[in-house]
Amino acid sequence: MASNRASVSIAFRSISKHYGTFKALDRIELEIEAGEFLTLLGPSGSGKTTLLMLLAGFARPSSGVIEVAGSDITRMPPHRRDFGVVFQNYALFPHMSVTENVGYPLRMRRCPREEIDRRVADALELVQLGHLAERRIDQLSGGQRQRIALARAVVFSPRVLLMDEPLSALDKKLREQMQIEIRHLHERLGITTIYVTHDQREALTMSDRVAVIDGGRLIQLEEPASLYAHPATRFVADFIGESTLLPVARQAGRFAYGEQPVSIANPVPPGAGEHWLVVRPERLVLLDGAAPDGINRFTGTVEDVVFQGETLLARVRLATGDMLSLRRDTRREVMAGLPRTGEPISLGLAAEETVIVPERAP
Amino acid sequence: MHEPFVPHSRRLWLYAFAALVLVFLVAPVFIVIPMSFSGAQFLTFPPESFSLRWYRNYLESPEWLAATWISLKAAVLTTLVATPLGIAAAYGLNASRTRLATMAQVALVTPLLIPVIILGVGVFYLYVQIGLVNTLLGLVLAHSILAIPFVMVTVTAGLRQFDLNQERVARSLGATRLRAFMTVTLPQLRNSIVAGGLFAFITSLDEVVIALFISSGPQSTLTRRMFSGLRDQVDPTIAAVSSLLIVLSVALLGTAQLLQRRR
Repeated sequence: MASNRASVSIAFRSISKHYGTFKALDRIELEIEAGEFLTLLGPSGSGKTTLLMLLAGFARPSSGVIEVAGSDITRMPPHRRDFGVVFQNYALFPHMSVTENVGYPLRMRRCPREEIDRRVADALELVQLGHLAERRIDQLSGGQRQRIALARAVVFSPRVLLMDEPLSALDKKLREQMQIEIRHLHERLGITTIYVTHDQREALTMSDRVAVIDGGRLIQLEEPASLYAHPATRFVADFIGESTLLPVARQAGRFAYGEQPVSIANPVPPGAGEHWLVVRPERLVLLDGAAPDGINRFTGTVEDVVFQGETLLARVRLATGDMLSLRRDTRREVMAGLPRTGEPISLGLAAEETVIVPERAP
Repeated sequence: MHEPFVPHSRRLWLYAFAALVLVFLVAPVFIVIPMSFSGAQFLTFPPESFSLRWYRNYLESPEWLAATWISLKAAVLTTLVATPLGIAAAYGLNASRTRLATMAQVALVTPLLIPVIILGVGVFYLYVQIGLVNTLLGLVLAHSILAIPFVMVTVTAGLRQFDLNQERVARSLGATRLRAFMTVTLPQLRNSIVAGGLFAFITSLDEVVIALFISSGPQSTLTRRMFSGLRDQVDPTIAAVSSLLIVLSVALLGTAQLLQRRR
């Protein structure tokens, strides 16, 4: 079943899409390596789905060029692109059985009957649903539909696999299981995969690289770990993971939060507008006594503590009036050491964990 | 949705009113059908004696049968013309949100809004100039104008429930746009299309006003012949023909309704 074709690279060259005066996409430059799993991550209306639709060929960019394996496909009709597409609602054909659905792309390619039978069986085996071959679509559960849609999208060994929020209709447990399965499938088939989601955790879990899109622009393109650790703008810091953003100002060559200078061991990304200190709740430590050098200290009182199972979240009101969140695991000794609601608390953030981002990219 | 509770006793007047409306709508049927079985020379109600003579009269009259044949041909051809055009219009308008599309939609529904007699007069003057008066082609074209909106409306309703992503996926899976439509969209619209086609058929079969203007003599439709028969001689055969038309229409409409509900 494994794709015997070499996987292909994709390049967006200054892609814009306008609807009247509205810029859905603004000069997107993006190169995707052959065999890469790349996620387009952004809030709804950011343009990420539009970019996928352009790549699939359902719409044409207002300007710019899309290249696949080095050749221009901007104006190629969808049926000649040889891309597998999975939609959020699966878009299975309800008037066909599971087998007929999965065999559809092969029938469109006029494959011989025996080959269709064999490849459909292989594809169903790949998603572990061989026993459902003769079912009707309305007899399948959500998770099964998802897998059938996936089987149908890869059965013809497409050059590229496109997925538009394919898991958002599933419940949390199933979604996390499918994330791993899709990831494994990608490793087995090696197809260049573009995955669209608004779920940052999903993007971090699955991707080789994540492209953060907002307001029709590509904001940041990075591997998950460095995207999380080094957001480029306030938007990315806010959108990826949990964080509290504290306003900082440049004073005499260094940043300060209020009167307090900030120790920082990371370069501040270039940008425009105000600057913000990014505080991740799990990176804060409890301090007793004075802060050692290289640790930024925040003092305040505990506003409330919310127990969430494996972790708890404490909200702290700082002397400046700003709020900070602190996440701790819920082992007994950790919980015993925490101040209670209304009590004073002192928090530290190591210089290596300290990140400052600009309001927006330059 | 929260609905305020009104006891049945206080809604009785509403039930009574609804019943009255229904009686008013259906009453003609209950008068015409008994009349068609009358043994008398003239249209009378209630009939004093019963017989099948008017049905026999209908079946033995070459004029009535010729008119029936014209009507059926016109209805079948109208269905064949209006259904594909109605489907195409519904599909195109569903896919497009431009101002031009909105205007086209209004234009296509206009025949339902303006009085048919205006259409009849207009069609007549046009046909006189291009020589389509008293032709089957002319009749079919005029009836198609009336029938297209019905097909369009039923197919649009079907398309509303159809997920256009299915067609997109089909295209990405290797089908041309036409092939995707034929293999994925059309089969799922089947019931709406059959329903729309039946509406088109009935529209043509029951139509009388336009036929009055553009079909006469040997090209008279059934309804046209009934109309003139009613005016000239009050022939109870008309009651028999009406009853047959009612049965046919009810059967077709019932089928259309069932199909729409099944989708």
